[in-house]
Amino acid sequence: MNNSRVSGAKIDISFVVNGEPKTVHVYPMERLLDVLRFDLGLTGAKEGCGEGECGSCSVLIDGVLVNSCLVPALQAEGSSVVTIEGLASGDTLHALQESFLQCGGAQCGICTPGMILAAFHLLNLKPDPAMNEIREGLSGNLCRCTGYSQIVEAVAEAVHRRTTA
Amino acid sequence: MKSEHIVGKSVPRKEGRDKVTGRSQYVDDMVLTDMLFGATVRSSIPRGRIKKITFGSGIAWDEFVIVSAKDIRGKNCIALIGDDQPCLASEFVNHPEEPILLLAHPDRHVLPQGVAAVSIEYDPLPAILTIEESECPSQIVWGEDNIFKTYVIEKGDVDGIWEKADFIVEGEYTTGAQEQLYIENNGMIAVFDDLRGITVWGSLQCPYYIHKALMALCDLPPEKVRVVQMETGGAFGGKEEYPSMIAGHAALLAIKSGRPVKIIYDRMEDMAATTKRHPSRTRHRTAVSKDGKILGGEIDFTIDGGAYMTLSPVVLSRGAIHAGGPYYWPSVRIRAKAVATNVPPHGAFRGFGAPQSLFAMERHMDRIAREVGLSAIEIRRRNFLQPGQTTTTEQVVREPINLGKLLDRALELSDYQSKKRRFGTENQHGATRKGMGIAAFLHGAGFTGSGERYLSSVVGVEGCADGSVRVLVSSTEFGQGTKTVLSQIAAEALGLPYESVSMAQPDTLEVPNSGPTVASRTVMVVGKLVQSAALGVRQTLISSSLLREAYTADEFRAACQRYVAAHGPFRSWSRYEAPSDIFWDDQKYRGEAYAAFAWAVYVAEVTVNLMTYSVAVDDFVALQEVGKVLHPLLARGQIIGGVAQAIGMSLYEKVVWQNGRMQNGQMTNYIMPTSSDLPPIRVFFEELGNVYGAYGAKGIGELPMDGPAPAIVNAVEDALGVPFDSIPLLPEDIMDGLASVSPFGAALAPQAASDE
Repeated sequence: MNNSRVSGAKIDISFVVNGEPKTVHVYPMERLLDVLRFDLGLTGAKEGCGEGECGSCSVLIDGVLVNSCLVPALQAEGSSVVTIEGLASGDTLHALQESFLQCGGAQCGICTPGMILAAFHLLNLKPDPAMNEIREGLSGNLCRCTGYSQIVEAVAEAVHRRTTA
Repeated sequence: MKSEHIVGKSVPRKEGRDKVTGRSQYVDDMVLTDMLFGATVRSSIPRGRIKKITFGSGIAWDEFVIVSAKDIRGKNCIALIGDDQPCLASEFVNHPEEPILLLAHPDRHVLPQGVAAVSIEYDPLPAILTIEESECPSQIVWGEDNIFKTYVIEKGDVDGIWEKADFIVEGEYTTGAQEQLYIENNGMIAVFDDLRGITVWGSLQCPYYIHKALMALCDLPPEKVRVVQMETGGAFGGKEEYPSMIAGHAALLAIKSGRPVKIIYDRMEDMAATTKRHPSRTRHRTAVSKDGKILGGEIDFTIDGGAYMTLSPVVLSRGAIHAGGPYYWPSVRIRAKAVATNVPPHGAFRGFGAPQSLFAMERHMDRIAREVGLSAIEIRRRNFLQPGQTTTTEQVVREPINLGKLLDRALELSDYQSKKRRFGTENQHGATRKGMGIAAFLHGAGFTGSGERYLSSVVGVEGCADGSVRVLVSSTEFGQGTKTVLSQIAAEALGLPYESVSMAQPDTLEVPNSGPTVASRTVMVVGKLVQSAALGVRQTLISSSLLREAYTADEFRAACQRYVAAHGPFRSWSRYEAPSDIFWDDQKYRGEAYAAFAWAVYVAEVTVNLMTYSVAVDDFVALQEVGKVLHPLLARGQIIGGVAQAIGMSLYEKVVWQNGRMQNGQMTNYIMPTSSDLPPIRVFFEELGNVYGAYGAKGIGELPMDGPAPAIVNAVEDALGVPFDSIPLLPEDIMDGLASVSPFGAALAPQAASDE
């Protein structure tokens, strides 16, 4: 772990997480991923590589998909963050969560939170993507279990559910 | 009883909801009060004597807990097969990244500073880093001859066959190391107190391997070691043996500090220090008749085990038994050898030796075809094992498998013939070349030979107070669907809804030793035991007159509730018994190597770009016979995922070594396939059934790792007319291969043999 990240004095950072205002007292350059996991107990975001390659730590900041392992906590100040914990409404799963279940999009589950948020982001940008656009759109998130087919099918299924709902 | 079947249906994954909502608890998600964070100080050289350890200045060392080999109260080894691997090196190091010291600190931010401040001086010793250096041998680095294990499989009179041969075809094939690259890095938490002993929670495949290792390391009786599996984010064999090391480290720190200790590897540590797929070299020399029949042959299969024995003898065994592929060999001599080098020990990875030796076999079949003048199809068809014939270990094929028919179907599904014809014409011009490749193969399910008999697995099924049942196994879920399929089996056996069955968390305090979760054995072997243990629960209720022979789910629930109210929770146990018709000779390596084989024919279609030398897989057909498919969605997911990993092994994933250390231990420079790199992988099943498996199932998990690499490399040869015999096959290898065939253009001539 890089020392520079935890040098200096801790500061208060305020932002909205899954609709709730939060203030944390952390080092300004701490990784947002660690703040979410350790300070806020939101362990749905995972660390796979720690260098922005695997996408397991994906979250949304003001609607933009980011690798939270590369984002200093300071950058979240005043923003609105969405994590996997914020996707379902109570016991009602988001359409993407349902379709991942139905289509076998989750195997070991470690990439799943990031993958679902990446898909969520993709569908916000492109509500009716073609299969190759889904493959392209998710290519920043690595999965070692599925070979991606059932993930791609899950995203297509979520689109289908929405358009036929 | 319910008439509707649960096996064969794609029921919802048991733990699926927790996974898609992010609620699943992986080890790094778990936090204990007063927990310390642990880290490992490792060797920087491949081989040498530790001369001096210095703790640098500027660090508050009194805040750290420091553990060395001297703190080990039991035996300083990771108990597995050879018990030769130390938990912490004390005097000598035998590979880079070998653990030497352990540090723990309450602040995870301070911990890396401590690790960086420890400096270790060595008297370096000469290291050997390749199979060839180990065989030489200029240095003896393990035992008396650098050899962990050898096997010889001998069938018929090989020595007398050469003079009868019309063709003698020789080839050498090599495969590189491959990183499992589960997305969740390894991790463990340990807690110790005198009363309860040691408890570890972690990311792992085999709770009882760790249980055994901790007993030896900590000198504790079985009841004072408890191992609990947390949700595990991928494993693929990579969490079969190394977690025992990490659990040992966490345990040593917990014992010394008296506080909970968490060790989580970061990606670079995980990749540099933990196991990978064994690099291999296979040499074939085959006697073939003019009509393309294999008369006999010699196969030399050698794997690089790394610095310690770990699981190499078993990987070697599976690789050797699969080395002859799905073909009939009237005579064969297979010599197999696992050698020592000064690299981190190689270990279990999906396929376990078979992908290596089958890569060689299936590349060699194309070479034989070329030399004999037959097509890739015809050479295979003429040599396929038939029911009643024997494998290389003289196991009689009892299943009614028809490999010729399987091949025909795969050719049809892939549109092989017409594509071959089309590519033959189109490959004359342009900047790309297209090709088709086939691989036919088999994979034995369960432990090899007497393995299952020695394991003697036990499974429990419990009748619970609420009338539901709970399955007790040490078989772990790490994405394959263990919890789901074993629940289906129990539900099917009892005629209950799938929702009435739950799975106990693998916790050695509670679940029996149903063996390791490896070797494609869970559904076939453990599943069969779940089926019989479930029937025991039913029998208990019927014997106590609480239940009739024919019952509804509601009646079962009521009977179970009444029984538990009267007698307490009850458990039915089932222990593995080897079928009486399975015979295996450990000495001669002869007999029934596996209770069942899965069979497959895969077809790859590739495009090679002549400007960039890159290979794209455009289409992939995976056709297999795996017995009854108990959960179509999960089975398909297993096949696609395995093919994807094997495409990685074939075309992308290269471990770059320097002085025994992995140089590209990051996801940015060790490249696995992304969603945009992979073709649609088309999966098809044949279902013959299997008398030994639960509801006719065979193993499935490892099979898809075996076939893609040779199918793809065969397709590349088909496209370019140049043979490649090593994987991974990277663009620079293709450039070199094309350059080595002079003149350049001649290599790109259309193929000689037609497939008509």
